[in-house]
Amino acid sequence: MGTLTLYMQYIVNGLTLGAIYSLIALGYTMVYGILKFINFAHGDILMVGAFIGLIIYNALTGGEAADPSAWTLIAFFISMLISMASCAVLGMVIERIAYKPLRNANRLAPLLSAIGVSFILSNGAAWIFGTQSRRFPYPFENTPIHIGGISITPHQIVMVVVSVAMMLLLTFFVNKTRMGKAMRACSLDQSTSMLMGINVNRVISLTFAIGSALAAVGGMLAAFDFRVYPSMGTMTGLKAFVAAVIGGIGNIQGAMIGGILLGILEAVGAPLLHIPNGMRDTVAFAVLIIVLLVKPDGILGKNEREKV
Amino acid sequence: MLNFFQLILIYAGIYAVMAIGQNCITGYTGMLSLCHAGFFCIGSYATAIICKTFGLSFWISLPVAAIAAGLVGLLIGIPTLRLKGDYLCIATLGLGEIIRNIATNINPVGYNSIPRATLFGYQFASRNKLAFIILIWAFVLVFYILFQQLAHSRLGRAMIAVREDEVAAQSNGINVTKYKISSFVLGAAVGGIAGCLQTAYTLTVQPGSYTFMVSVMVLCTVVLGGMGNAKAVILGAFIIQFISYLPQLTGLTNVIPAQAKQLIYGLLLVVMMLCRPQGILGRDKYRYGDPRTRMEKFRDFFARPKKKAKGGEV
Amino acid sequence: MRILETEHLTREFGGVIAVNDVDFHVEKGLVTGLIGPNGAGKTTLFNQITGIDKPTSGKIIFDGNDITGLPAWKISRMGIARTFQNIRLYKELTVVENVMMGLHFKVGESPFHHRFSQALKSYVFAAKENREVYRRAMDWLRFFEMEAHAQDFAGSLPYGKQRELEIARALAAEPKLLFLDEPAAGMNPAETAHLMAVVDKIRSLGVTVVLIEHDMKLVMNICDNITVLNFGMKIAEGTPNDIKHDKGVIEAYLGKEEEE
Repeated sequence: MGTLTLYMQYIVNGLTLGAIYSLIALGYTMVYGILKFINFAHGDILMVGAFIGLIIYNALTGGEAADPSAWTLIAFFISMLISMASCAVLGMVIERIAYKPLRNANRLAPLLSAIGVSFILSNGAAWIFGTQSRRFPYPFENTPIHIGGISITPHQIVMVVVSVAMMLLLTFFVNKTRMGKAMRACSLDQSTSMLMGINVNRVISLTFAIGSALAAVGGMLAAFDFRVYPSMGTMTGLKAFVAAVIGGIGNIQGAMIGGILLGILEAVGAPLLHIPNGMRDTVAFAVLIIVLLVKPDGILGKNEREKV
Repeated sequence: MLNFFQLILIYAGIYAVMAIGQNCITGYTGMLSLCHAGFFCIGSYATAIICKTFGLSFWISLPVAAIAAGLVGLLIGIPTLRLKGDYLCIATLGLGEIIRNIATNINPVGYNSIPRATLFGYQFASRNKLAFIILIWAFVLVFYILFQQLAHSRLGRAMIAVREDEVAAQSNGINVTKYKISSFVLGAAVGGIAGCLQTAYTLTVQPGSYTFMVSVMVLCTVVLGGMGNAKAVILGAFIIQFISYLPQLTGLTNVIPAQAKQLIYGLLLVVMMLCRPQGILGRDKYRYGDPRTRMEKFRDFFARPKKKAKGGEV
Repeated sequence: MRILETEHLTREFGGVIAVNDVDFHVEKGLVTGLIGPNGAGKTTLFNQITGIDKPTSGKIIFDGNDITGLPAWKISRMGIARTFQNIRLYKELTVVENVMMGLHFKVGESPFHHRFSQALKSYVFAAKENREVYRRAMDWLRFFEMEAHAQDFAGSLPYGKQRELEIARALAAEPKLLFLDEPAAGMNPAETAHLMAVVDKIRSLGVTVVLIEHDMKLVMNICDNITVLNFGMKIAEGTPNDIKHDKGVIEAYLGKEEEE
C-alpha cells in the first residue's frame, strides 16, 4: 500500500471517528449554549446509552449467537430508539435534580455537582454491569469493502450515515420548529426569553433530553469501535468536549465541524508523529490546549466577553 | 479493627496533605483543577526513582518530588490558567490523564521494594504503623501551619481577591495570572509531597493507582470540609478515608460492592452542592479583617463568652 | 496640565465601532464628567483607559507615559483606580477586607531586585503586615464614615453604601486619577447628596476624578469640565455652562427638532 493510500485510509477512519465525536459534542455545545456550563456527566450518559442499547439488542436477537440478518438490523434500530428515549429521560432527571437548584449558585457549584453525577453514573454502571468490557455484536455482515486500496467497513458507513442523519434532524429542529426557535432565543438571552413567554425550564429540559439522546446514539455507535464498559464515557466524552471547543462551544455547526476535524487529526496525527497507541489521547489534549491558547473561541465561536 | 483505624489515620494524613494543596488551588484561588492525581503520581515516581534507581535517601526525594510536581504544575499552569473556570477543569482533567499515560509508558509495571525511609537510624517499616502515623501527621501539621500562614499573608489575600472577582482584582493592581500560577504551583508541589509520603509507606508505585478517582477524592475532601478552610479540609480527609474503609471496618466486605465508596463520593459532591455548598465547617469568618495579634486571639479564644456579650464586634 | 490624554482612540467589536477616534483629555486636579446617551461608548472608553480591554487603535498617555495596551493591574499600579457600573465588590468578604484588597500594592510591595526577600518577609511577618494593612483600611473607612460597618459582609450593605465602599477600595490605592462609572446609579436623593459631598472630599485630597453619570444635576454641580460622547464619537467638551447650551448635545439627548 502506498503512503498516499495509507493516509487516505487514516482520513477515512478519522472521518468515522469524527462523526461520533460530533454527535456527542452536540450535547455539550447545546447545554453550554443555554446554561453556560459544561455538563460533565454527558460522557457517562453516553456510556449508559451504550449499555441500554446493548442489553436490549441482546434481548431481542440473542446477542453474539445471532447471525446478521434483516431482523438484527431492525433490532439494532429498535434498541437505539429505546436507548435514546431512556437517555433523554435520564438527562432530564439529572438536570432537574442536580443542576436546576444550582442555577443561581456560584460558578463552581454546578460543575462540582456534575462531576458528582458523572461519578455516580460510571460507578453505578460498574456495580450493576461489572467492570469488564463487552463487545457490541455487529448487526450486519461487516466485511470490508475495498475502494482503490482503501478499505471501508459497513460499520463505518453506518456510523457516518446515522451521525449525519441525526445532525440534519437536529439542524432542522433548531432552525425550523417553534421549540427550536425558543431554544435559540434562550441561548441568546434567558431573561428576555422568559419575558417573551418562553418556558425556559421546559427549553432547558428539552435541551438536556436531545443532547442525551444524541449521546446515546453516539455511545452505541462508538461501542462498535471501543466496546462497552463503565468508564468508556470518560475519554470519549472528554474528546467530544475538545471537539466542541475546537468548533466554538455553544455553536451547533461548530460542534459538527470540530468533531470531524478532531477525528481526522487524531487518526492522521498519531501515525504521522509516531505517537504510540497508548498515548493517542494525548493528541486530543494537545489540540485542545493549542486551540484554547490560539483561538479560545473556536472556529465558529463568537467572542464572548464578560461585561464589565 | 485497630489495624484499619491505623490505616485510616495514615491515609487520612496523606489525603489531608494532598487536600491542603488542592485547597490552595480551589479553595483560595477558586480554580477547579482536576489533576491532583497527576501531581501525586509525579511525586510517587520521583520518590521511587530517587530512592530505588539512584539509591538516595527518602529525605532527598522529598524536595525533589515537590520541585518536580511544582515544575509540571508550572508547565501546565502557564497555558491553562488563562482559561475560564470550566475550561480549566476539563484541561486539567485531560492533563492528569496524560501524566498517567506518560508514567505508564515510562514504566508500565511500576516500582517494587523501594528502600525504606530512615530517620536518625530508625527504619520506617510498613508494619510499624504508629511510626508512620507520627511521621505523616507531622507533615500534615507542618503544611497546615505553612498554609494557614499563607492564607493570612499578602499572597493569600491576593489569591482570595482573584477567587472573588478577577476583574476587580486586576483593577486593584493584583497580577491575576501571577497569583493563579503561584497558587497552582504551590498546590502541585504539596501534591507531589503527598505522593512521596505514600511511596514511603507502601514502598511500591503502580501507574494504575493514580486515576481520575484520586483527583475526585481529593476534591471531595476539600468540598466536604469547606473550601478555603484548612481545618475543615483535614476533617474532610478523615471522613473520606472513613468512608473508604467502611466495608473493612464493619466487616461487610462481601456485602458492600467495591464501587460503593465511589458512589458515595459522587453522592456527597451532589448533596453537598445542593444542601451545604460551603462545606461542613464553612469558611473562616475573620481572615484578614482581624486586627488582633496572635496573643490576643489566644486570649479571646478562652474568653469567648465575654466577647459574645459585646456583640461579637472586634 | 493634562494628566490623561487619549489620541484617536478607537475600539471596534466585530464591525461595531464603540469608541470612534476619541481625543479625550483630563486636567489635573479637576473633576471631569463624561456624559452621553446609553450606548455612547462611555464605559468602553473607561475600559480602554483602565486596561480592562485593549483599544483597536489609538494611544493613551497618562502622566507622560504611554499606557496603551498595558494590563489592568499595571495601569492600576501607575495610579489609575476605578469603580464599576455594576458594582464589583468582593461580596463574600467583609467591608474592611474589601478595602484591604485595595491596598494590595501599597503595603508589602518593593522594587524588582528586592522582590523575593520582600515576598518572604511578607509571608513570615504576615500578621504584622496584616495589622498595618488593617489599620490603613480602617482609616479609609473612617474617611467614608463607614467604620461601623467594618465587619459586615460587603454583599449585605445597602446599595448606596456598596457604591461608596467601591470608591473607598479604589481610593485606598492612593491613585492620581480616579474613574467612577455611574456612581449615583440607583441611589436615592439623600444618597446622591452624600455622594456629592464624598466627591468633593476626594477632590480636596488632590485626586483627579473622572465620572460617568446620567444624573445631570449631579454632573452640572460637581464637574469642572464635561466631555460628551454620542455613538462613540466626542461631540462636545467644555464647562458645564458651555455644555448646557451646546446645540449638538441638546440634539443628542432630545433628538433633532424637525421644525424650528
